[in-house]
Formats: sequence, C-alpha cells, structure tokens
Amino acid sequence: MCTYVTETFECDGAGKGASGWFTLREGRVYVDHPYHSTHEHTVNIDFVNPAEGPSARVAVELTEEAALALVDAIHKALAAAPPGIASAKRR
Amino acid sequence: MWAGTVTITGHEGAELEAYLARPLSDRPRGGVVVIHHLPGYDEATKEITRKFAARGFAAICPNLFSREGRDVSPDDQAAAARAKGGVPDEQVVGDVAGAAAHLNSLDYANGKIGVIGYCSGGRQAFLVACSLQIDAAVDCYGGFVVNSTPPDFPVKMTSLLSKAPDLSCPLLGLFGAEDTAPSPEEVDTLAAELEKHGKRFEFHTYPNAGHAFFAVDRAAYRPEAAVDGWKKVFDFFGRHLTA
Repeated sequence: MCTYVTETFECDGAGKGASGWFTLREGRVYVDHPYHSTHEHTVNIDFVNPAEGPSARVAVELTEEAALALVDAIHKALAAAPPGIASAKRR
Repeated sequence: MWAGTVTITGHEGAELEAYLARPLSDRPRGGVVVIHHLPGYDEATKEITRKFAARGFAAICPNLFSREGRDVSPDDQAAAARAKGGVPDEQVVGDVAGAAAHLNSLDYANGKIGVIGYCSGGRQAFLVACSLQIDAAVDCYGGFVVNSTPPDFPVKMTSLLSKAPDLSCPLLGLFGAEDTAPSPEEVDTLAAELEKHGKRFEFHTYPNAGHAFFAVDRAAYRPEAAVDGWKKVFDFFGRHLTA
C-alpha cells in the first residue's frame, strides 16, 4: 500500500544528484512504493535541498535488509574512525 | 499509432505535460484518460497509454505533478509532490477535465470519455467519475475510497463514499483479494453503497493477487489477474465508449 508516512531529519552535508554536487539540507525516509526498484515496497531515502528545487535530490530505494545493513555499516564506520572527526561541531 | 509528449491545459489554466497516444486511422473513437499512480508519470504508465491506442482509443496520461517544474525529472516531481502531501482532489479533477477536453479536440473523437487509474489513480478515477460527466470509469485497486487516511498521515485523503450518489457513469472495479488498501471489506462497502444508489458497476476481486497486480515492472505483478483484468477493461470500454 502507499504508506505516505515520512520521517524527516535535518541533514548537513553534500550530495551528488543528476546535475552534480549540491548542499544537503534535509533527509526523508519513507517505506513506500519505489519508483525504480522492482520490489513492491522499499525503504526510500531522499537527500534533498528544498531551496534548490525538486531536482536537488539524491534518491535510493533499499530493501529493509539493505537499509538495516546501511545503519549497521554507518555505526561501524563511525566507531572505527577517531571520535568526532566527522562531527559538524568540530572546527 | 502516434505517441509522444504534448502540452495541455489543466486546472486553473495550468500548463501540463501529458503523454498522448492515438491511432493513425480515420475511424471515430472514444478517448481514455489514464491517471498515473503516486510514484508518478513513468514509463510503465506511458506503456499503458500506448496499449489503449493499440486497441483503437485515443489515450492521454496527464502528468499530475507537472507543477513541480518543467525541467524536473518525473521521479523528482513525484517525490516533491509527495513531500507536499500529494495533490488536492479539486486539482486532479480539473487536470483530468483538461485532458478529456484535449482528447475531444482531436480529429475523429466520438465524444465519449473513459478514465482509468491505478492505486492512488484508482481513487482519483472514482473521484473524477463522481465529479465530471463522463462515460465510463475503471478503478484499479484504488485505496482510501471508502476509508479516509488516518489522522497522523501527512497526506490527507478523505473518504469518497459520500460521493457515490454522484457517480455519473458505469464503473468497473478491479481489485486483489490480498490487498489491504483497499481491503475486500472496503470493496464490499463501496459496492453496497453503489447498489443502494442504483449505480451501474461491476467489481472483480482476483484471488492470489494483491495491490498493483497490473504492474509489469514490480514483484506484485500477477499475470493471470492482469491478463483477465485487461480483457475486462477493453470489453468495458468497448461497450461504453462507442458512439
């Protein structure tokens, strides 16, 4: 079914979309019908900058397993790096 | 057939992109407006539009997310529209009315208009059939026709059950028994309401099929249901869109 429910989060970083690199401002996560994937539902993640229009979007469509593996990989990568090295507070 | 992108006028005079497919013959024919699903104006829906032209109809699929930007790709348009909570019902009706007017402006149009929609488009097909005077409507697994979206949903879709008395044409409904939106119970509720108001409708619920069983590019595709469903669609439009 079309779930429509969307989790959004503030996003600080850069993403590469169809037109090249742009500054990210927001992330959106929703479990819903995909556009490209052949699965019926996927975990869809959009990294966007609304101020730059709809084309400023990096999109992925993942299975639940892939999404959870991503979460795990993120935790492991951060744990392996010097603490806070990628933090926005670090200057 | 001829198939390609055209510009049409939609709700409140908005310029919309649309995909048009029409036979090259000079035989009078009915028109079909194809309403795309929430993931947007995509290749699969354009293929469906061409399918109608191959069977002798002039068909058009308006890009309901055109307002997100002319040079924006359809998937980015769909994501942007989704983030805003979808498109308002009134706007969809106006856009489909514009698409129907475009079909009726073409050579050899016989004046008959049908609409068909899938998923969110199925709900919108029912909405259009209750809002405009048309000749036939097909609702393919449209959710939230009977029930409204829950209060915490970012997209507000109100139940259309109260519009049942306004249904202007025969309605064909094609559903999957394993679907949860709409569930078989919701389909039965809609049928009872249409029956109560003396409306002409035919509903078919396919076993071993769920939501999106017509979608050839998805795991949900069910060949048996889809093949039979298409047969019913062409039989239905054949009966109601011939002048």
